[in-house]
Amino acid sequence: MGNAIIRIKDARKSFGAVQALRGVDLEIAKGEVVLVIGPSGSGKSTLLRCVNRLEHLDSGEIWVEEDCVTSPHANIRKIREEVGMVFQSFNLFPHLTAAHNISLSPLIVLRQDKAEAERRARDLLTRVGLADKALSYPEQLSGGQQQRVAIARALAMQPKIMLFDEPTSALDPEMIKEVLDVMLDLAKEGMTMMVVSHEMGFARAAADRVVFMDEGLIIEAAPPDELFSHPKEERTRRFLDHIL
Amino acid sequence: MSDFLKIGKRKPTPAPDGSGSAPPPAHGDFTINVTDGTLIPSTGDKSILSAWNISFFGAIAAIVLLRFASPEKNVYRDVLNVVPSGLAATFGVTLASIAFALVLGLLAGLGRIARTKPINLIATVYVEVIRGIPLLVQLFYIYYALGPLLHLKGPASAIMAMSICYGAYMGEIFRAGIQSINKGQMEAALALGMSRTQALWRIILPQTVKVILPPIGNEFIALLKDSSLVSILAVADLLRRGREYASTTFNYLQSFTIVALIYLIMTLFFSRLVGIMETRLRNHGQRHN
Repeated sequence: MGNAIIRIKDARKSFGAVQALRGVDLEIAKGEVVLVIGPSGSGKSTLLRCVNRLEHLDSGEIWVEEDCVTSPHANIRKIREEVGMVFQSFNLFPHLTAAHNISLSPLIVLRQDKAEAERRARDLLTRVGLADKALSYPEQLSGGQQQRVAIARALAMQPKIMLFDEPTSALDPEMIKEVLDVMLDLAKEGMTMMVVSHEMGFARAAADRVVFMDEGLIIEAAPPDELFSHPKEERTRRFLDHIL
Repeated sequence: MSDFLKIGKRKPTPAPDGSGSAPPPAHGDFTINVTDGTLIPSTGDKSILSAWNISFFGAIAAIVLLRFASPEKNVYRDVLNVVPSGLAATFGVTLASIAFALVLGLLAGLGRIARTKPINLIATVYVEVIRGIPLLVQLFYIYYALGPLLHLKGPASAIMAMSICYGAYMGEIFRAGIQSINKGQMEAALALGMSRTQALWRIILPQTVKVILPPIGNEFIALLKDSSLVSILAVADLLRRGREYASTTFNYLQSFTIVALIYLIMTLFFSRLVGIMETRLRNHGQRHN
């Protein structure tokens, strides 16, 4: 695939005796939205976290555009500027306002000037529907609002790729939709997205492909309708029976 | 040194309001409990509060009574004219030492969590060695043993020894404070392209300050008390003033009674402040959870 923006080759990773990844190959094209599903402990979050090197692979390679993430010589900070990440537990900075959460990294990493960074933070807050929360601290926001600020914070770096690590798992049911709506807009705008999540509605509405992982391996990958309706593998079928 | 540092996850202790249920620990929400010689009164605990009241106001009343109503009030008047002049040295040494100890402690704490092996080792050895030697021995070592080498005067030696000693204890407070911050904070900062150093200064340390303020307040109180050790090094602090007065007049009982009462009033006063600060920080953390 010539237009792949993420290329994962034979990714292997162990935590002590536990093999989290046992040889994963995956390519994600520019503009593609890929949902990664699988039982807990299947290695899906580990795979995601290896893409921006929050975890180090034991062997194998991951490429983001022309940069080899797994190379010891990689300029990892440069790569991370291109790869936004959204966490299950939001990880907003509690001592900073929503606007400052968003503008801090553009200010100190991209060295944008203050007025520009603040203007962009306000624009991003408007985009995620939180224009009136600029001066709120994270603890004053609901979970759904915090996650939307976290998405805006990642977008402030103008990334080419967005990684989502179970973005709705820590949310109360009534807040899931507001976060998925923001993600849906992002997908429509052509953002390349790798999403670890079991949100089937989101998968049907936005995903180009769903990847099913189990025990550190990709079992199968297919467009959402195909995978959900006609899974080829027995293991996929059993897993889908559990969650659908 | 009788300090006893206890660091751990917040345990479900009965809430001060007596409702019996502590808030569930938010992720990464740690408290550092340092039990020191002095009792930290919590505003909610009536019995401790009254114990504090009895000690604090009792000490003040005792001084007033001794000065104005005792048969030896003239002796106490003389003691009170001489001894408090040592307060300047006591506070001078304490404040200078705490300032340097904070710097050393930050460095030691960062060293203790550093990924670079040699730095980590240096910091750990520093903490272990210093915490294993009594402060009095360290004072003697710097003033007498290294005196010919360093040519330091009493106060400078005292400040140096106390800074180095308390820096080690502060180092452990900084380390525990930094490690109490959820590791998701560092990950989020790194994922945004920040360097480790940027993440540390912009994200981790500002949050650490809130966690470590109470234990640092306790170290301040402990240091204030330990500063009396420097009276041995020809530093004219509170205790030294008392000794000087006593040895010229032979009024040992009166001198040291006043010295003890002044120390008691100071430490009780500051532990009250630390207690209030602790409550404020805790309440602030809970308001929005």
